[in-house]
Amino acid sequence: MALDDRKSQFTFVGTSPDRPDGLDKVTGRAKYGADAYAPGMLHGAILRSPHAHARIVKIDTSKAEAHKDVKAVVTRADFAKVPFKPGLEGEFWNVLENVMAGDKALYDGHAVAAVAATSALSARDALKLIDVEYEVLPHVTDVDKAMAPDAPVIREGAADYSVPEGMHPNVVRYHESGHGDVEAGFAEADLVIEDRFVTEATHQGYIEPHACLASLGNDGKGELWCTTQGHWIAQKTCAALLGIETAQLRVSASEIGGGFGGKTTVFIEPVALALSRKANRPVKIVMTRSEVFRATGPTSSASMDVKIGMKKDGTISAAQGVFRLQGGAFPGAPGDLTAMCAFAPYNLTNVKQTGYDVMSNRPKQAAYRAPGAPMAAFAVESVIDEMCNELGLDPVEVRLKNAAHEGTKASFGPRYERIGLVETLEAAKAHPHYSAPLKPGQGRGISCGFWFNHGGETSVSLALSEDGSAQLMVGTPDIGGSRASMALMAAEVLGIPYENIRVTIADTATLGYNDVSHGSRVTYASGLATIKAAHHAVEKLCERAAAKWGIPVDAVKWENGCAVPSGSNAGDFDPMPLADITADMGSTGGPISGHFEATPEGAGVSFGTHIVDAEVDPETGKTSITRYTVIQDAGKAIHPSYVEGQFQGGAAQGIGWALNEEYVYGEDGRLQNSIFLDYRVPVASDLPMIDTVIVEVPNPGHPFGVRGVGETGIVPPLAAIANAVSNAAGVRMRQLPMSPPRILAALKGNG
Amino acid sequence: MDYHSPANFAEASALASKATGITRFLAGGTDVLVQLRSELVTPDTLIDIKKIDGVRDITRNADGSWTLGVAVTGAEMSEHPDLGNDWPGLVEAMDLIGSTQVQGRATLTGNLCNGSPAADSVPAMIAAGATVTVTGPKGDREVAVEDIPTGPGKTALTKGEVVSAVNIPSRGESGGDAYLRFIPRTEMDIAVVGVGVNLRLEGDEITEARVSLGAVAPTVLLVEDCANAIIGTSLDGEALEALAAGATAACNPIDDKRGTIEFRTEVAGVLAKRAAKIAYARAKGEQA
Repeated sequence: MALDDRKSQFTFVGTSPDRPDGLDKVTGRAKYGADAYAPGMLHGAILRSPHAHARIVKIDTSKAEAHKDVKAVVTRADFAKVPFKPGLEGEFWNVLENVMAGDKALYDGHAVAAVAATSALSARDALKLIDVEYEVLPHVTDVDKAMAPDAPVIREGAADYSVPEGMHPNVVRYHESGHGDVEAGFAEADLVIEDRFVTEATHQGYIEPHACLASLGNDGKGELWCTTQGHWIAQKTCAALLGIETAQLRVSASEIGGGFGGKTTVFIEPVALALSRKANRPVKIVMTRSEVFRATGPTSSASMDVKIGMKKDGTISAAQGVFRLQGGAFPGAPGDLTAMCAFAPYNLTNVKQTGYDVMSNRPKQAAYRAPGAPMAAFAVESVIDEMCNELGLDPVEVRLKNAAHEGTKASFGPRYERIGLVETLEAAKAHPHYSAPLKPGQGRGISCGFWFNHGGETSVSLALSEDGSAQLMVGTPDIGGSRASMALMAAEVLGIPYENIRVTIADTATLGYNDVSHGSRVTYASGLATIKAAHHAVEKLCERAAAKWGIPVDAVKWENGCAVPSGSNAGDFDPMPLADITADMGSTGGPISGHFEATPEGAGVSFGTHIVDAEVDPETGKTSITRYTVIQDAGKAIHPSYVEGQFQGGAAQGIGWALNEEYVYGEDGRLQNSIFLDYRVPVASDLPMIDTVIVEVPNPGHPFGVRGVGETGIVPPLAAIANAVSNAAGVRMRQLPMSPPRILAALKGNG
Repeated sequence: MDYHSPANFAEASALASKATGITRFLAGGTDVLVQLRSELVTPDTLIDIKKIDGVRDITRNADGSWTLGVAVTGAEMSEHPDLGNDWPGLVEAMDLIGSTQVQGRATLTGNLCNGSPAADSVPAMIAAGATVTVTGPKGDREVAVEDIPTGPGKTALTKGEVVSAVNIPSRGESGGDAYLRFIPRTEMDIAVVGVGVNLRLEGDEITEARVSLGAVAPTVLLVEDCANAIIGTSLDGEALEALAAGATAACNPIDDKRGTIEFRTEVAGVLAKRAAKIAYARAKGEQA
């Protein structure tokens, strides 16, 4: 690629300087969601349903209202009084129903009322004074049971046009895609394997609970401070739910202690605003960890059937999958994405995938890094591994043989542009990890993974100061070190040092709409906008230099932070540094800024390959991950250390999901493990050093070749670990998490 | 909520005797405060015993036995120069609990009186033959650790009674102890199964043994069948299998979010064998 030649021309891009927000974070000066205070501030608390499914017969808030410290109590009635703007339907309606229950409590933890009081303790005490009369209804939390004919109906009429007739009302969306003739393909195969796979819901497990400080006056003007991945979506959603004009609500994003997709929507923010409006005082709400587990957005759980046909030489002749995803009591489970990602790494003649979005009595699922894709990879890559074992084929060679490349018609439809899957597989084959000997009791697994990546609405502004420093305003909360990568890209264009650029996450009143920090889009889309905004400023700098020199602007070009004549016949002038131009910009035409806004479409899909070694204790079923290597295409790594961090983070979360993390529901439909003691994320000592290889196959859709890297890293781990564990234990694990009781039971069954 | 910080155990006992509603004693607070904040238990009376003289002392008595104050922390036990040489299994069991921060507060007595069948230090204390001194309205009494828990969250302590010291026997010659627990992670977790083994040798032969199981029944168990399976043996393969069978037979666990009945029953036997081997090696003076 042409961009490969440009690599050497980068001055700042590709280096790993300290993050600009680092000192604030390590010294505690950084302000997170719960670190905001306001004069006269009240503390909010939310009463939550103890039932998985119940009709709310009556709510009596009178005793709570009489409490001396309570200044406001709200229920759904306080939202319903608002004349809804046209358009409060679809997802806005779902969000309203989720943040404050209407006629029914739909899951354990569903909000039913809220209070604001002068202290957090009083607010908590006042919740106990609210009497709610419930009529408990039958519930269902399992995806297969929720689709069964006798399952309780969560909500009639929630299904859209896509659902075939005759399906249970809990099936709300249906997806089918593919090409070729799978039956003909299976007939050609030397080996056909079909298996069923199950995964449990997991939570993103961000360390910072949801927190906000809200103020809303009777004039309809409001301020909201919250921990979020996207404050414009918070603005738009809260305004709709409270019936106010979007622009009258200013939303600022706090520093964020992790999101991973889980902070792309609102939970407590509309409630805090409603309380504030009623109390006429600012209201702060901070979730407990238990509330985070019970009432935010975990992943879907899944039940999947995958069937693959393979020839003796490893060629996949046909592939078919059915993916059923349970996404809680609302539409939205990414059954379509799961289906579309399942076979995306492969160049297939015959492929068919079906996805179901199913409702159950669980919290409304939210995004979690590459939503839906990890489950699909678990099922598909496990079957491929079984087939390699059975046919005696090398798992990397088989994947190389079938790998998608530029021009391949993807399993989900379009033809791929330049992609880097083959490069990741070649790097895996060449990596010392892949040929390292295994000890007795150990097994090795590999898996590929795919994610779409996203562009999204983006608006960026850059302003130069008189002393030649620059301030860059972006609208995408920094969840992965993006302030550093934005500064690097701006430095590259402007030709001024990284340290001279201050990057701020602007509030909603400062920039135009910015889509959420999701879809691995920030380094790609905000980065692209930053580059273009910097170019915009450079154009103006060149104009000022041209005016000073008295030559046409097209006779000036920008090099290494200076305006220079574009050629010998343009004139003989010394390079004019940026700071010399900005020093008197007030008298040469005014402030110099750059701006860019667009919805970039060339995000560039992303692939990765993981190699995992696992050791299983045959007497207890306990798994240790002994070695882990992530190989992924980053297009171009702007800040290589943070790219590695994203790779390692995906692997770490994948290890948790594969081995021990799960939502455990009791017979009563209540969540049994809503604390970190029993919801078992990996601790530091559970993880090996996670090695990384950054492959760079530039994305033609980005000026520097960037592909998003935030999500693909969590797609291969479930499968790669399952393959390693299955090969170590000598028994195929088809259910996640592969907790010790499940592995030991499988070993006993096998013996 | 009333908060008291008595100057001695008699006063603490008197306060508890008079109190109405829910009373909790506060030493490290690593269970009491967590339960309070999560609204599981909201005490009406909180009696802080960590300001009583001597409660942070670790004392080796003239006969080689040990007396530990009720507010001695896990970190203080681990850092003590001699305690861990005598009772490595007990010290390691205590050290397994929680994080570094929790270790700076958590106590043996709190772990015992919280009444959890999964308490890590309790099987190790029972295996060691530890007792506690209980101060009550009628004075002091000494109670074997295994007689304190009566069910999940329940103890044999009666109204007005408070544990005032932990007594650990003299290690003596040719003895060794060990505690192992199963957790699915490497730390920061609650035992799914815990096994404490303490034994004494004459030559290669086990002459005394105590085996205790945690997290496999409503209370921590002292299992005589396990002890009998290895007494008189040199911990050969047959003895180990008998030990495992005894442990498995003693289990009366539940299915819950932390593990299944089958898993706990199976792993109790596995850990009993592993812990016994470590205790045996320690009794022989080997590193383990």
